Amino acid sequence: MTIKTSIPESELLSAGHLACQGCGATLAMRYALKGLGKETVLVTPACCWTILAGPAPRLSVGVPLLHCPFATAAATASGLKAGLVAKGDEKTQVVVWAGDGGTFDIGLQALSGAADRNEDILYVCYDNEAYMNTGIQRSGGTPQKAWTMTTQGKGGSERPKKDLDSILEAHHIPYIATVTPGYPEDMVRKFKKARGIKGFRFIRVLSPCPPGWKHDSSDTVDLSKLAVQTGSFALYEIEDGAFRLSMKTPKRKAVGEYLKRQGRFRHLTEKDIVEMQEVVDAAWKRYESRS
Amino acid sequence: MRKVLMGNHAAAVGVKLARTDVVSAYPITPQTQIIEMLNDLGESGQFTGRFIKVESEHSAMAACLGSATVGARSFTATSSQGLAYMHEMLHWVSGARLPIVMVDVNRAMGAPWILWTDQTDSLSQRDTGWMQFYCSSNQEILDSVLMAYRVAEQVLIPAMVVYDGFTLSHTYEPVDVPDQKLVDEFLPKLENAYALRPDTAEAFSALPSPKEYYRLKARLDHDMTRALGVFEEAGKRFEEIFGRRYRLIEPYRCEDADTILVVSGAPASTAQAAVDDLRKQGCRAGLLKMRAFRPFPAEALRDFVRPGTRLAVVDRNYSQGHHGIFCEEIKSALFPLKSRPEVYGFIAGLGGGDITPELLKEIWKEADEGRADASTANWMEDAR
Repeated sequence: MTIKTSIPESELLSAGHLACQGCGATLAMRYALKGLGKETVLVTPACCWTILAGPAPRLSVGVPLLHCPFATAAATASGLKAGLVAKGDEKTQVVVWAGDGGTFDIGLQALSGAADRNEDILYVCYDNEAYMNTGIQRSGGTPQKAWTMTTQGKGGSERPKKDLDSILEAHHIPYIATVTPGYPEDMVRKFKKARGIKGFRFIRVLSPCPPGWKHDSSDTVDLSKLAVQTGSFALYEIEDGAFRLSMKTPKRKAVGEYLKRQGRFRHLTEKDIVEMQEVVDAAWKRYESRS
Repeated sequence: MRKVLMGNHAAAVGVKLARTDVVSAYPITPQTQIIEMLNDLGESGQFTGRFIKVESEHSAMAACLGSATVGARSFTATSSQGLAYMHEMLHWVSGARLPIVMVDVNRAMGAPWILWTDQTDSLSQRDTGWMQFYCSSNQEILDSVLMAYRVAEQVLIPAMVVYDGFTLSHTYEPVDVPDQKLVDEFLPKLENAYALRPDTAEAFSALPSPKEYYRLKARLDHDMTRALGVFEEAGKRFEEIFGRRYRLIEPYRCEDADTILVVSGAPASTAQAAVDDLRKQGCRAGLLKMRAFRPFPAEALRDFVRPGTRLAVVDRNYSQGHHGIFCEEIKSALFPLKSRPEVYGFIAGLGGGDITPELLKEIWKEADEGRADASTANWMEDAR
């Protein structure tokens, strides 16, 4: 039996990339490029993808890629777009491909500037919830209580994950979406849609990371799905300020099912898990009140 | 057409005449009028380049990285703290071999807060792989923007056009604004064979091996040195078209001089008056104006000096605990000579203090009479 999907068969990611086994950020790139297609230029600051793209002169993606310094992705992409337009090319899609450190933290100022100017670019953050490329240090994207190399104390990361999507929403941009590779059809659809919108667009991809989250490399897709099914990660779109959940999950699985399969949450007590369930429930009250 | 322009407006007119594709900039005193004027020229349709009003200088240079990578002629302007904030990006774009042109309007570095001129901001960027050209008049500012693009695009190295905050940036002078057709002749459309093409899947600035990195840096150094000749060629071509000649170093009344003032930027204009005064008093004074700092015109300098002629280097900048920066560079350039002239270094006018003809004459006499200390920086405060 052949299952017909809406996912294009064309591949712009080559098999020879340098990712770890089970890398969520690689699945993310694969589906993003299926949605975006050619006539795309990637701009990538320091992140795992600096390595995954391949050493010079190799390149693991089928579109041009400009490496840029850590804090500069959104500004570099703004200039690249302006340069293309100045040269008469209005149609090439300029896409930032950045990790959570380069987005939530060091790149936030440039990101805010570009969003504020409503630059005609798509900014993608593949969010693996810590500085994975430098060896798992806490970022603004790290969830509360998660273990990282810089939150090794008993309780893990003290602060809640930064609500970056709300920060972007406050910039009045035309499109914000969340995706994760466990739901490839949703992902491809949103990238295709984003490509057709003019102005500043932001997509955040939850990307499981086997070495950083301490899970088996075969669990990546399951965890990506469980993040959604437990409500720990909500799939939504915000179009011109209108919020819409992409998938209603009225009977959410218990958050513990997601947490217990990740070594970074191994130290959690039952009380911790109850607290984290409460945080997820409160977030969903807000989502549902907006839908 | 002859117009009365302040230095900053001369720079903006140069950027417009260069048919710059993308300007990306952030306000900082005393540079801001450049980008204000470009914005005005854009709104009135006289300047057709794209203007990105970024949120910081770091992003200003990052946007130039993006635009220059696709082969667009790119420009930004800054001063002082803004230039320092860009530092990381300066290394990056020279490593990426992008012919970006930037104006740095010299302003001293804080702390404490200071608005007025000195060259420590630009000279602190010595090792970033940028060319640096220093201007002494508003005419030279406009012309240097055009020269900088031509040289930068031939050697694929970014170039900084540098001039004194307020002294030149806010001072009006008559400037000959060249005809657009002549500028187009001097500065053809940028065709960068190494630009990113959207239909070609190539990576830019991906990780090389140490061996490849070493070779890239050796090539950059080679091309930076080659730029000395390219600058001279551009100067000749500029003269053919516009009738004005720019050289890497420019001697004034040096033929029989005993002691020569070595000066860069606006004080080089003042120094001409000081030399004329000294000559009237019967002193054998000369002036050497330094236009290029990177590439450093070491060979031209070695050819120029005579063992018996003293040099009095005036630095409106410093490297703390050592010397003025031009002085260091000059001493280093002259070291290979078997018999070297005496070189005296003077620090003057930091933070915008006036460098008057009187102060320059005093400096000249300190050197000429051998009173200054050749082994250290001589700090010269104008008592007036």
